Order: sequence, then C-alpha cells, then structure tokens
Amino acid sequence: MKLTRRQRHITHQTLIYAAAALVSVICVFPFYNAILTSLRTGQELFLTNYLPTSFHWENYVNALMVNGIARSLLNSFIVASVTVGICLLVSITAAFALARIKFKGRKYILFTILCVSMFPQVAVLSGMFELVRFLGLYDSLGALILSYTTFSLPFTVWVLTTFMKSLPVELEEAAIVDGAGLWVIISRIFAPIMGPSLVTTGLLAFIGAWNEFMFALTFIISNEQRTVPVAIGMLQGASQFELPWGNIMAASVVVTLPIIVMVLIFQKRIVSGLTSGAVKG
Amino acid sequence: MNHHSESLPSKGSSSKANLQSEVIPQKKKRSLQQRRSRAAWILIAPALILLASVAGWPLLRTLFYSFTDAALDTPDVYNMVGFDNYLSWVDGESFGVLADPLWWKAVLNTLWFTGISVSFELFFGMLLAMLMNQKFRGQGLVRAAILVPWAIPTIVTAKMWGWMFHDQYGVINDLLTRVGIIHEPLAWIAEADLSMWAVVFADVWKTVPFMALMLLAALQMISADLYEAARVDGATAWQRFTRITLPLIMPAMIVALIFRVMDALRVFDLIYVLTSNSEATISISGYAREQMVSYQQMGSGSAASVLVFMMVAGIAACFLYIGRMNDEGKENK
Repeated sequence: MKLTRRQRHITHQTLIYAAAALVSVICVFPFYNAILTSLRTGQELFLTNYLPTSFHWENYVNALMVNGIARSLLNSFIVASVTVGICLLVSITAAFALARIKFKGRKYILFTILCVSMFPQVAVLSGMFELVRFLGLYDSLGALILSYTTFSLPFTVWVLTTFMKSLPVELEEAAIVDGAGLWVIISRIFAPIMGPSLVTTGLLAFIGAWNEFMFALTFIISNEQRTVPVAIGMLQGASQFELPWGNIMAASVVVTLPIIVMVLIFQKRIVSGLTSGAVKG
Repeated sequence: MNHHSESLPSKGSSSKANLQSEVIPQKKKRSLQQRRSRAAWILIAPALILLASVAGWPLLRTLFYSFTDAALDTPDVYNMVGFDNYLSWVDGESFGVLADPLWWKAVLNTLWFTGISVSFELFFGMLLAMLMNQKFRGQGLVRAAILVPWAIPTIVTAKMWGWMFHDQYGVINDLLTRVGIIHEPLAWIAEADLSMWAVVFADVWKTVPFMALMLLAALQMISADLYEAARVDGATAWQRFTRITLPLIMPAMIVALIFRVMDALRVFDLIYVLTSNSEATISISGYAREQMVSYQQMGSGSAASVLVFMMVAGIAACFLYIGRMNDEGKENK
C-alpha cells in the first residue's frame, strides 16, 4: 500500500510529536516523582501514586533545619564560587596566550590541560590528602577549594581558549597598530567582550564544583563543613532500613531547583559552551 | 593568518619594545616573535604553576606512596616496600592489589559499565539528536526538558533512582507490574545481577542529554543541500544517514565518545550512593578509595589509584591512536 504524500507527512509529524512527548516525560518524571515524594509524610510515602495527594512541607523544614542542609547549601555555595573565581581569574590570561599567541610548546600545554581535565580524581587522592594535611586544611572548606581546582582549572582554561579562538583577529590588530601592549589588549579589549563567555564557563564550572562528591566525602568529616552532595548522601534514618525518603527527596529538590532554574535561564549559552569544544575539535 | 604583528614596526607592538631598542634591525622580526612568546609564557605561568601544584604534585606523591606501607592517619611514618602493594609473593601466596579478586571484579565492573552505558548513550543520544534536529512546535520545551537530567547533581540522581528502584515502594516495580512485564517486585538494588543495570539506567538517563547536545551541534552544521542532492539522486533515508550524516558527524561523535568513556571509567559517586559500593557494582575508583579510606591503607590505596590512572591513560591513548590512524587514512585517500 502506498501512502500519499500528505498521509506520509501526517504520520511523520505524529511520530515526531509522540517521540518528543515521550522524551520529555522520561527526562522530567524522576524529578517530578521526587517532588511528589517530598510533599508526603507517614504512610502516604509508601503508597505509589502518580498524582499529588497532599502538600506537607514538614520534610522541607526537617531537611533544611534538622538535617543541616541549609548549612550545607551555604558551604557548597562558598566552595563553588571561590573555586570558580580563582579558576576564571587565572584562566583569562592563560586562555588569551593559548588562543592568540603562537609559541613553541602551545600544543603540548593544551594537550596536557585536556588530559588533566579528564584524568580520574582518585589518581590524586592520596597525594592531595597529604597536601591538604600539610597545609592544615583537613576538614575545612579550604581543602575543597584546593582540590576542586584540580578539575575546574583545566576545564575553564580549555573552554575559554575555545571561546577566545573564535573571536575575530581584527580585534587585536587595531590595538597593536595603536601601540597597545598585551596587558592593555587583554584588560581593555578582551575582558569586556568576554563577559558572556565568562558567565557560561563560570556557570559550567560552578555546576561541576557544586556536584563534586569524592573529595568532599574524603576531606570533610564534620557535619558543619559538609557540602550538599555529601550531606544528601549521608542522610540516614533511625536504622539502615528506614531511610527517611521524604527528607531525602525534599533535600534533593532544594539543591536541584537553583541549578535547574539557572540552567533554564542560560539554556542557549550552556548548550554552546558544552558543545563548543566538540564541534571545533 | 592569525598574527600580522610580525610585519609591524617594533615601536607599536609593546611597551617592552623600548627595552630592546638596541636590537639590530635584521633581527627585529625574530625578536618580536620571541617577545610575544615570552609574554605568552608569563601569561600562562600562573595557571601552569597552580595546575602543577594541585594536580602534578599530588599525582607524583600518589605514585610515591604506592611504593610505601604508609597508613592514612600517619602518612609521615612509612617504609619503602617496592612493588609489594602491587604484587608480591610470600611463601607461595600472592598479595597486593593485583592479587586481590575484588580488584579484578572492580576492573570487570568498570569496563562492563563503561561499555554498556556508553553504547546506550550513543544510541539514544543519536536518536534524540535527530529528533531535535527536526522542526516542530514546542521544540524549546523539549530542549528545556532534556537539560533537566543533565543539570541534576549525580548524588541526587542516585537518590532519586534509588527511590524509584525501591523493591517495595518504588515506581519502577509498580509500573512494570501494571504493564504486566513482571509479576512480583524485583530487588533492583539488592540483587547482584540487577544492581549493575540499575546503575546503568541511572547513568544513561543522566548523560544521554549531553551526548544528544554534542551530536545535535554537529548535525546542525550539515548543509541541507547535501540531503537535497542525495534525494534527487534517489538515495534512501538509510543511505542518506550512513553516507552523509554519519561521516560528517564522525569527528564530533568521537570527541563526545572520548569524553563519555573517560567519564564513565572514573565513575564513583553514582555507585557509592545508589548501591553503597557493593561488591557487585564496585568500580576501580571505588576500590581504590575503599582501600585508602575505609581500610586506612595509604600504600595499597595509592597503588590501586596508580593502576586506575594507568588503565584510564592506556584507554585514552588507544582512542588517540585510533583517531590518528583514522585521520591518516582519510588523507591517503
């Protein structure tokens, strides 16, 4: 049976919309389910239901206050912001040199930086442990800022270099003709127009630092210094078999919402930041 | 090309030019280049120094500790034990990480996890990218939706899926029962054979969006004319896919694959939280950390870390080698 052009078009469209709907549901459902669970208490938790049945906010109060998630949120925010700040500051000049100046060894440096950004964190764990203890940073947020630089810095250098490469050459040519030095070129010409790229790179690095688990689990032992991922990972009930799912889901929603909101606001930039490295090689 | 500066008069290139004004004219060209490259090194220095101290140094120290018998709480007290942490024989019995069945189990787990989850991610990522490459209303909404899994912290992913996989109250068992695929609840997390699949599901859910976005970016750069020409020539949809789409997105696909494989090989947090690092799912990173932190053995923990590093580096080198062969093959054609 041969379909007419119009019939084929309709089938095609229907398939696309069905697939789009399915994808959206699969992507959002686990988070939706977490929100539903976070609003339930007592026996309700254990009756599987796909629609909201009640709105209890106790879990949120419990998670934030009793379980100390509020404190952890602050810790995570401090660690991620300071790490990203330091990394961006150091990266701007490095990325400028790597993207705009031809010199011997440039390729090797770029390659090394790429390698460092991909190597397994556990490979530096014991060396970092020694360094952290030597600097007296054990069980403090400083330990995390130090160790997060390991993976944040290569990432920011790499992404900023890709961004800088994409800017037109004429930018600095004019400045060079006018007699501007490298520092003037960086601070007066590049820094201002790098704004959007800095925001994108910073945001991606911030998410990376916000989500880190292994270093945070290893270098922090006291509850007051914990970051969000460890705090959530460690939430325990009265016994191993009585996990406080309501509280856990409430905490999960609280720490995820800000990130989701940020990501949705900066959607386009994030996508371009994520993919810039891949397409241009 | 990039830098016309070489042909510029030295007075206009940099404030440092004055310092080197004695340079004889014939060498001016070279000296400008030299000055720029010296400036480049100065600009990179802070990043390199920082990177050397937070990545290079700890890496070397980890290598050093792998040859000692140090304990985690007293890292200053140690004896050099050579390769004993890796492998040693005492009275016909072998010891060390390489003689530990759990290490090999972890290697197997990690390779299995990486192979299966990255394959699924590539397959579904490709489908999703092709869907997103179509024009349809509500596209913005779908793109927003697929960013949600990517944005959710891994630990939260682990907890959410842990709850969904719950044997008694989880929605996965509930849905599967309602559809009639299973008749009694499965112990997704507790059962050894199933728990790795639970980890794979959660990982695929979280990382397909990344894969899809990478592939989509490559798809969008293919000119529509190519497809039009192929259609005129009577190429089928499958031919258009294998002859136009695949070859053109191959470079981006390989980059995305390398990123994902490297990421999957170092998996730790998802497994640590979802299945509590159980033997059935423990990864090489999880093993190394367990040796070091749970058993306080800095020596064998470091040895395991070094092995993890070597394994990941080896696989990365293979990828690069294949990539290079691929490039050369193209040039020869």
